[in-house]
Amino acid sequence: MPKFTPSELDAHKAKLLAAPAKKAVIKVGLNTCGDAAGAQPVMAAIKEEVQKAGLDAQIVKTGCSGMCALEPLVEVTTAGAAPVQYGRVTAEAAREIVEKHIKGGRVVDAYKVPSVGDMSSEKPVPGKQYRIVLRNCGVIDPESLDEYIARDGYQALKQVLSGMTPEQVIAELETSGLRGRGGAGFPTFMKWKLTRASRPGEQKYIICNGDEGDPGAYMDRSVLEGDPHAVIEGMIIGGWVIGASQGIFYIRAEYPLAIERIEKAIKQARANGLLGKNILGTGFDFDLEVRLGAGAFVCGEETALIASIEGLRGTPRPRPPYPAQKGLWDQPSMVNNVETLANIGQIVLRGGAWFGAIGVGRSKGTKVFAVTGKVKVSGLIEIPMGTTLRQVVMDICGGTSSGKPVKAMQTGGPSGGLIPASLLDTPITYEDLGKLGSIMGSGGMIVMDESDNTVELSRFYLDFSVDESCGKCAPCRIGGTQMLRTIDKIVERKGTAADIAKIRKIALTMQRGSLCALGQTTPNPVLSALRYFESEWTERLVPATKK
Amino acid sequence: MAAAAPGDLALIAKRWKDKRGSLIMALHDLQGRFGYVPRDAAQELGKQLNVPLARIYEVITFYNYFKLEAPGKNIISVCMGTACYLKGAPEIVAKLSEKLGVKAGETTPDKQFHLQQVRCIGCCGLAPVVTVNEKVLAKVKAADVVDQVYACAKGA
Ligand SMILES: Cc1cc2nc3c(=O)[nH]c(=O)nc-3n(C[C@H](O)[C@H](O)[C@H](O)COP(=O)(O)O)c2cc1C
Ligand code: SF4
Ligand code: FES
Ligand code: FES
Repeated sequence: MPKFTPSELDAHKAKLLAAPAKKAVIKVGLNTCGDAAGAQPVMAAIKEEVQKAGLDAQIVKTGCSGMCALEPLVEVTTAGAAPVQYGRVTAEAAREIVEKHIKGGRVVDAYKVPSVGDMSSEKPVPGKQYRIVLRNCGVIDPESLDEYIARDGYQALKQVLSGMTPEQVIAELETSGLRGRGGAGFPTFMKWKLTRASRPGEQKYIICNGDEGDPGAYMDRSVLEGDPHAVIEGMIIGGWVIGASQGIFYIRAEYPLAIERIEKAIKQARANGLLGKNILGTGFDFDLEVRLGAGAFVCGEETALIASIEGLRGTPRPRPPYPAQKGLWDQPSMVNNVETLANIGQIVLRGGAWFGAIGVGRSKGTKVFAVTGKVKVSGLIEIPMGTTLRQVVMDICGGTSSGKPVKAMQTGGPSGGLIPASLLDTPITYEDLGKLGSIMGSGGMIVMDESDNTVELSRFYLDFSVDESCGKCAPCRIGGTQMLRTIDKIVERKGTAADIAKIRKIALTMQRGSLCALGQTTPNPVLSALRYFESEWTERLVPATKK
Repeated sequence: MAAAAPGDLALIAKRWKDKRGSLIMALHDLQGRFGYVPRDAAQELGKQLNVPLARIYEVITFYNYFKLEAPGKNIISVCMGTACYLKGAPEIVAKLSEKLGVKAGETTPDKQFHLQQVRCIGCCGLAPVVTVNEKVLAKVKAADVVDQVYACAKGA
């Protein structure tokens, strides 16, 4: 197995790029979801037809392109032509596509759907997709190291290890304005700087948070499945900057394909001198291992996550001390989200200033969202910060699936809040969403139309959070249950105005008294529903006079 | 369910014994082998890993993923994530519940089916989603779900 040095990496990349292109390239989306939608038989049919006809075509298995509602997805590129996207492809349709398009050179209009390219722009402009994190998803075969290398893969690592100082990397991150994509939005450069400065020379750890707890969101799964090396490259760079020799992927057990792809990518990187001892011949030693979650939402919280890696119950502990001071096995540790890490390589390569020019105010770069609910084109999108909610639903996702008006959108999952249709022109930034009582969150975005009920949705989220409370502290454990009971009373039309007041009071106690952000944010969906849709609550109340 | 095969346990213990904090990983392997965490197997694993049974149970009971009882031949999981919830998952659970005569979280008396609700499995674009064993059913309709589930079930 070749172990790359920096120059060999470049030579290998040049060789890959110089290889003669096939007459046609056929890409089939094969993530967890593609499989579910029936992409395996489609793949088999294409392979069979291509072989039977002896065609000069390359067949590639890719990750998620984002057009999730249209799966199974097949993309065909013939020499000199722009890629054509086909959606909802069956095995028969696939045979027809091979016959007519690959062999005959005619696009099969019956299965043609808009491509991501149609919705994206070359330059980052609000209202259009722009891909940094998802740049390889749906484009390359995630199980091929060569395809990643051909798309500038491990160039950032090479650059960092052969000429930059850790301080320079941190400075680029500071210029970029990148903030954590896991929910809290803490400036990434600051976290890296603090962990680097903490107890120099001691054993440190970098941890990738792939727990993705928001139910109804799958940004991190798609990145782990669709471009695993990009996250690994971010981890190695992060490990080098903070002075860690060991990194850990913590991934939910519910994501078996993501786990498999990351494990495979780790092996490939190790075999090629990109991981392990003496990385790229520069003397830097760093390795990675994978640990699985076991179905506890609270384990997404960083101190609980660390406890879980130690093999314990995943209960949060008070901070400080922060993981940077005392984390895994009491050593300095840094927890970063999947999407945060997937941004690192591009920021190093293209410069912090390039990234910092995208977005608005203190919200820089792009954000990936999983847009679901009553939306026409449900899927994964990546947009420059500052794009408005309206642009997302109406322009990018084609409006509601029912054709009924949008009633509200929800960001931040169980920790976030509802935003009413009247505020859809709000730009997507940490600050603007926060002002409305919601949060950026990790990327869940739910669209509701007028047939949906905000009392029920907020009850749904509350039920989730109550179920997932670890029970360590009273405000969260008791407050959540009481709030749920009170809401149930209102749902059953037995509540009074006093019950609404009671909900507000419990909310305050939970926000102020809970130990971790789970308890502190549990009331958010309910509070936002009360704030913007109060009449849906009051119309369910028993009039005070009747009592 | 088969009794604990000592050979498997020894392999699992060997794989994780020298790795710090690996109890959860070892339990994943154990559940992968048996479909749940049998008490005698947990006890034996604890012995080999030097972990008291009480600590193992402390962990298993905290994490939803681990099952304490044999789940039945076919596991039906209905996704109750937000996207699936909004697209009719509650009706799907109700339908299956009615047909199988069990509530979510229960196994049918003949041990053929275990019905459970799960959090998002990451296919929200295809909501509502139901899985039967390893097979994922996309865009499921309450009216068809029973037939679809029977079609994928093994040996029922
Ligand atoms: C209840 C709870 C759940 C969380 N779930 C996740 C998660 O699934 N993924 C994630 O990256 N961060 C999650 N976080 C945030 C993490 O604690 C942490 O802030 C984050 O992983 C840091 O990475 P970042 O700075 O790159 O965002 C969660 C926090 C809380 C309180
Ligand atoms: S706030 Fe809730 S989840 Fe967080 S530590 Fe307290 S009980 Fe546990
Ligand atoms: S195309 Fe499958 S998740 Fe997006
Ligand atoms: S909400 Fe059901 S798959 Fe995500």
